Amino acid sequence: MSGAEVLDLLRNVKDPEIPMIDVVELGIVRDVSFENDAVRVDVTPTYSGCPAMQVIERDIVATLRSHGFENIVVNTIYSPAWTTDWLSEETRQKFRDYGIAPPTGAASYAGGIAELVSLRRARPTIECPFCRSVNTVEKSEFGSTACKSIHFCNSCHQPFDHFKAF
Amino acid sequence: MTDNLFQYLLRLGDDRLVLGHRLSEWCGHGPILEEDIALANIALDLIGQATLYLKLGAETEGKGRSEDDLAYFRDAIEYRNVQMVELPKGDYAFTTVRQFFFDVFSYHLLEQLQSSRNSEIAGIAAKGFKEVRYHVRHSSEWVLRMGDGTEESHSRAQKAVSELWRFTAEMFQADAVDRAMKDEGIGADLDAIKPKWDSVVTDVLNRATLAIPSDPPAMTGGRRGRHTEHLGHMLSEMQIVARSHPGAEW
Repeated sequence: MSGAEVLDLLRNVKDPEIPMIDVVELGIVRDVSFENDAVRVDVTPTYSGCPAMQVIERDIVATLRSHGFENIVVNTIYSPAWTTDWLSEETRQKFRDYGIAPPTGAASYAGGIAELVSLRRARPTIECPFCRSVNTVEKSEFGSTACKSIHFCNSCHQPFDHFKAF
Repeated sequence: MTDNLFQYLLRLGDDRLVLGHRLSEWCGHGPILEEDIALANIALDLIGQATLYLKLGAETEGKGRSEDDLAYFRDAIEYRNVQMVELPKGDYAFTTVRQFFFDVFSYHLLEQLQSSRNSEIAGIAAKGFKEVRYHVRHSSEWVLRMGDGTEESHSRAQKAVSELWRFTAEMFQADAVDRAMKDEGIGADLDAIKPKWDSVVTDVLNRATLAIPSDPPAMTGGRRGRHTEHLGHMLSEMQIVARSHPGAEW
């Protein structure tokens, strides 16, 4: 089995918090390689404390084991740091279909402390995943998981999650 | 060299583990639902960052210990965090002001550590830096709201600033470990962080109409294992399950 075929196999492993997204398109799985009789999967964590990472690593091992691999090494790498910039438009659409607003704008950061301390800092306009209205408001930068913030749509009066640009 | 690196990683890990635990004490007790969730999120980030530094620390030490061994089976005198982070959580103003003081420090620290010559520290710092950016936004906004808010919120925020101020200098006190790590291009230059911290903190406190105390910062010793009485109590709660049932899994 080639590295590309193993990657295809790993598309069966989903993020437990966002089950419509697999760990390859999410960018958690960075590379697959072979060493002697072992298959090595390089993974990078999303947020430092993401509790889903343990489940994901376990699922990666279980999936490969069920396809005949015996010697599996899951190797954690930290650089380059995971970013939502890696998500494709196709993946972003899956978020919308699931009722989560996909990351808006680039995660890149121009620097400068003003952005950090101003109550009037510019906030990106987040589009409602249900009615596509941009008349929405951020309720909290912290949501049900580290990767999401809470918003409210003034047009369709629905609260919704936003997968933060990170 | 190895011992300096181990000590340095303990400092990075312990600051975040202890503060993360203090924040987690708010879980279910936050003043409003959004803040309860926010503090639990930030606690998770900090404990996650601590895990990465302590794991690297345990590997550096090379004595077969894990990050969990370091967290759960060291006594207070073996902890290397600054004293500020171990103080009891107090009221919401105290928690917020402390978080703000630490976040601004951590922001500038991790900004530097992203270019550490130790590639693992650089990678962990790069990830943590992205998280600390929104931590600072959160804590600074609440310092502004509380300081420039009602009479009650102002007086509580001012009390917190006055109580915490003497603990802030410890973050910037460089000793032989810090200097060795800085000289090797692994650690941060604490002297360079201090003026940046001063500038941001002064700006926010001024805008929040909070007065900066004039008393000289005095409390130190955490990096050498000298702690307030509070750390031992906190650890006894944090460590009891692991110590009562060593090796337990669920």
